[in-house]
Amino acid sequence: MVPAVIKRRAPPSAGDAPMMSSASLAERHASDLFAVRWNNWRLALLVAAVAVPAAIAVLPPSVSFWTAGSLCALVALTAVVAAWGRHTGGLLVAPAIAVLVTMNIFPLLWSLGLSFFNYRADRQILDFIGLRNYERLVTDPIVWERLTTTATFVVLTVAAQMVVGFLLAMLFSRQFPLRRYLLILVLTPMMLAYVAVGAFYRYYYDPTFGLVSQFVNMFTDGSFVLISSTTGAIAAIVIADAWMWSPFVMLLVLAGLVSVPKYLYEAAAIDRVPAWRRFWYITFPYVKGLLLLALLFRTIEAFKLFDIVFILTDGGQNTETIALYVYRQAIQFNKTSYSSALSYVLLFTVIVLTNLYLYLANRRSREV
Amino acid sequence: MASGLTGGRGGNRGRPIDQSGWGRTAFAGFVSFLYFLPVLIIIITAFKEHTDALAVPVKLLPTTFFGLIPESYAFVPTLENFQNVFSRSFSAGAEAQDTGFARFFFNSIFIAGTSVLLALILGTVAAYGFSRYPLKGNDTYLFIILTTRMLPPIVVIIPVMLMFRITGLAGTYTGVILLYAAFNLPFTIWMMKSFFDELSPDVEDSARLDGSSEWSVFFRICLPQVLAGIAATAVFGLILTWNEFLFALLLTGVETRTVPVAMSQTIGGDIGVRWGLLAAIETLFLIPVILVTFFLQNQLLRGVTFGTVKR
Repeated sequence: MVPAVIKRRAPPSAGDAPMMSSASLAERHASDLFAVRWNNWRLALLVAAVAVPAAIAVLPPSVSFWTAGSLCALVALTAVVAAWGRHTGGLLVAPAIAVLVTMNIFPLLWSLGLSFFNYRADRQILDFIGLRNYERLVTDPIVWERLTTTATFVVLTVAAQMVVGFLLAMLFSRQFPLRRYLLILVLTPMMLAYVAVGAFYRYYYDPTFGLVSQFVNMFTDGSFVLISSTTGAIAAIVIADAWMWSPFVMLLVLAGLVSVPKYLYEAAAIDRVPAWRRFWYITFPYVKGLLLLALLFRTIEAFKLFDIVFILTDGGQNTETIALYVYRQAIQFNKTSYSSALSYVLLFTVIVLTNLYLYLANRRSREV
Repeated sequence: MASGLTGGRGGNRGRPIDQSGWGRTAFAGFVSFLYFLPVLIIIITAFKEHTDALAVPVKLLPTTFFGLIPESYAFVPTLENFQNVFSRSFSAGAEAQDTGFARFFFNSIFIAGTSVLLALILGTVAAYGFSRYPLKGNDTYLFIILTTRMLPPIVVIIPVMLMFRITGLAGTYTGVILLYAAFNLPFTIWMMKSFFDELSPDVEDSARLDGSSEWSVFFRICLPQVLAGIAATAVFGLILTWNEFLFALLLTGVETRTVPVAMSQTIGGDIGVRWGLLAAIETLFLIPVILVTFFLQNQLLRGVTFGTVKR
């Protein structure tokens, strides 16, 4: 062995080195595979690949999970030892990736698998039914109804946020005394919990002593109940959500507004450019990119609208969003497989939107 | 750093082009006050007695300002609601009982603190790796990582619940903390990467030339420069975890319940329409968030966009 190692370290001479090294490498691989050493990750992987399915098949679930887990840990450990000092980037990233894989990616793959079965969390049946879950959800009119409801929410709340956020940003775009402190008042709603905001608005929308009802009752006779019709319930949710997230749009637009070079405005002032042209040709180009980012980000978030609907109407008055529908199918009706299939539709949508978002965000950060 | 939000760049003083006076302050103050009003009313309601909280017309102020405001619009402030949050009698005349809220607040703080710490350690190291030692397909990894954070929580939770049921992690601190750590990781990685990307590599290179090892480059050169970023990321993670509802609803047990879940159960639960009490819970729940918003103002933009937009 020793001469071979020395030869590999020496600069390759034209004649014998390639032949020698390839032969000795093959030999080394064969002997290394079964050598019990801490850096032999191939052996660990092989053992794990054989033992994990065996453990899952033979042992009870609670034991086999931990067996499989420790075998995976062994593979990880050997891989770390093998990579030490050579693949720094990989080593730094690996722990985080491992946590994400165990807590996010693996469960997601599991539910992808489940979506091809007819599994229900409250029963012990497990039949392979192929794509039938997907077939069912495409033909299910309720799914389409819930998607329409969600789309309504997305359009209304994102539009409201863009308008209110933009106006707020215009208000705060200049320096004035106490600006910093007033800005905090406006930015606070964004940082609150959905549950807390939902609870506020339930108080304000209350039919008898809620502030909104009291205000409306000043002008009309009789009691005013906002969350009694579909339109009212949708308005109630959209108002609460738009109140909460307009500051987000404001923050992004504001970042665009303060990035406009001052000399452009000064030049425009000297040339007496009218205000709307100044806005359209100077301000808007700087804000455009961020506005688009805000739009996409809020669309993704609004698409997931769950908490506030859950607290305010609990899906009553036809306000059930797709996320709430999946929640009900999975948790209340225990239709695990069907809801897994449904959640993959959501997942796909979010992946597309996120991809678009990142593409735009990267393009913008390259420009800046 | 402060320029992003406050807009106060050094050389702009005396240039009137983006300056306004107290007139703008008055208008902006009015708008901000209106915008903040829903929060303010809740805080005021927390100090009202039960009958005052349900009064029609609404009682707005704690004093009559020496008779300027009619008696019927004023209420006598009380701290009763705050005591009732932690212990109260559930039926008339019965003895006061522990409501468990002390525990729920502890749970919220403990779970958020531990999971954020875990995510911060793993995430900072990973962000440094992504920033300084790009892998093959670096962007793909980062994209997948961000996607796991962008997914609707319900999509992630269905399989996680099954997994937790099998492993017996459901309702335990370990399970919830692990899940929240995974929930905070993508955010931490993206945030910290954006901070690391901003550092000048020249400093590190000269340290390497002077014979620093990779360890001391990380610990002595890079980490001290991003300490403010780490603090911002940590506080953001704490808020996100503190506010999180769906995971907590489905994965915490009686012992590990967090405040948002307890709050949602209080809304429709044992107290019916005791809004003063609910407002007191909310006020206690909001105070840390409002304080944090104040201190993090300059990092808010980066925080809410997961570090994808820096300025």
